[in-house]
Amino acid sequence: MTPALRRSYELLLALVAKEFKVRYKSTTLGFFWSLANPIFFALVFYVAFRHILKVSMENYFAFLLAGLFPWQWFANTVNISPAVFLNNAALIKKVAFPRLLLPAAMIGNHLVHFVLALLVAIPVVIAFGSRPTLWWIPGIPALLVVQFGVILGLSLMLSSLNVFFRDLEHLTMIFTNLLLYLSPVIYREDLVPEAYRPFFRLNPLYSIIPAWRHLILEGRLDGAGLLFGAAGAAFLLAVGYLVYRNLEWRFAESI
Amino acid sequence: MPSPSDGIAVEFRDVVKVYHRLHRNPVGIKHALLHLPSFLREVRSANEFRALDGVSFQVKKGETFGICGRNGAGKSTMLGLMAGVIRPTRGEVIVRGRIAPLLELGAGFHPELTGRENVFLNATILGMARSEIVRRFDAIVEFSGLRDFIDEPMRTYSSGMYMRLGFSVAVHTDPEVLLVDEVLAVGDAEFQQKCLAKMEEFRAGGITIVFVSHDYAQVKKLCHRVAVLSRGKASAVGPPGEVEAEFLGSLKSGVDSRDVQVR
Repeated sequence: MTPALRRSYELLLALVAKEFKVRYKSTTLGFFWSLANPIFFALVFYVAFRHILKVSMENYFAFLLAGLFPWQWFANTVNISPAVFLNNAALIKKVAFPRLLLPAAMIGNHLVHFVLALLVAIPVVIAFGSRPTLWWIPGIPALLVVQFGVILGLSLMLSSLNVFFRDLEHLTMIFTNLLLYLSPVIYREDLVPEAYRPFFRLNPLYSIIPAWRHLILEGRLDGAGLLFGAAGAAFLLAVGYLVYRNLEWRFAESI
Repeated sequence: MPSPSDGIAVEFRDVVKVYHRLHRNPVGIKHALLHLPSFLREVRSANEFRALDGVSFQVKKGETFGICGRNGAGKSTMLGLMAGVIRPTRGEVIVRGRIAPLLELGAGFHPELTGRENVFLNATILGMARSEIVRRFDAIVEFSGLRDFIDEPMRTYSSGMYMRLGFSVAVHTDPEVLLVDEVLAVGDAEFQQKCLAKMEEFRAGGITIVFVSHDYAQVKKLCHRVAVLSRGKASAVGPPGEVEAEFLGSLKSGVDSRDVQVR
């Protein structure tokens, strides 16, 4: 490792550790909130769709949970993204360091929470009749990497642009709220009408969320979903990095 | 073979820094998109603010160099350029050696974390390797005089204590160039003495110090040479005794017209 890379790596770890500690110190219930949010959403959706709209899907509660946990990782991090550089204004104005470590650390911190939530969810999933399989061993890290890439790409774009266009915070909120219903979180991906699918495919979550579900609930690795997700991640990372590269040098004077 | 630039720690070559005032009132996306051509023109020209207008000087290795000027004269811009967080619009800024900016109160510290946790975080941000921080941790705490509070959350610290810890971390990063930004104004007499002693030690050890202040008395005490900043130019560079008149003159020049004038 070159000294610069080593420094970045240590800084990334330190920033993730910081966010992690801060998150626990400022709330009494701490980790509980990482679990509570998707569980409450799952309960409400379950009541609304299963009991009121009478959707007939087997094991719908487990289905919802398996989609809502990765969704929550995505939505929380994307919603925070526009504010990432602004929240660290004092630092950005004084010290030269790779600024992209700030969004990366933010997403990394949420990744840790997501993994912890998965660990807690495993007994629940088993109670609902699913069984862990060997596919989990390559599947979980692969999906983590792909989803991390998707989020980092989006986050680089949003956090960089928001330094100059502060409207983006509000737009992002609306965008993620709507995206929940345009992603196969509360419905199965194969229920999307054939004619819409090419458009839905453009959303990497259309591939990633079902891939999580197939892995956790059915114990199989959805290769196609993983590939489509990876392609989306690569594209978003490229665009996000380009945007970041072009704006980053003006952060300190614009914040 | 030694080149003429050997022995120069910091060099400004005809540096111009123009800010676009976009950041004063970040516009909405709607405005930007609806008026794209005029918006881009605005960004390019109308809101230009010339913070530095052709500044040149050299700071020698081991020198303690003061930068003086009234509020808005461009001092923070110069620090930003030296720290590498902003780019000059024209000209060149060259810094040779590892640079340690002294963070303003609280920057880089998180109030919920303990002093100990913040030392590690802050030192990492300033570029210290973890192993190095572990090795120097005791020295950092010792120098700050905060041993009894180091495991308390920093929100319980006074501003003087913040400053102590910040200064202590910065001076333990083994900088070759130390940027000091009027922090000595905070903190009690005893700690100020300690800081001054530390800076003395740095000077003796051949470390370059760039000291930014509008307190000329302090500059006179510490610095070998001073650059007086006025209206975006280094109007005089020399030993503090020789350029004092220039500094006092720059204070009397009334409201700096660049503060209000939009070109």
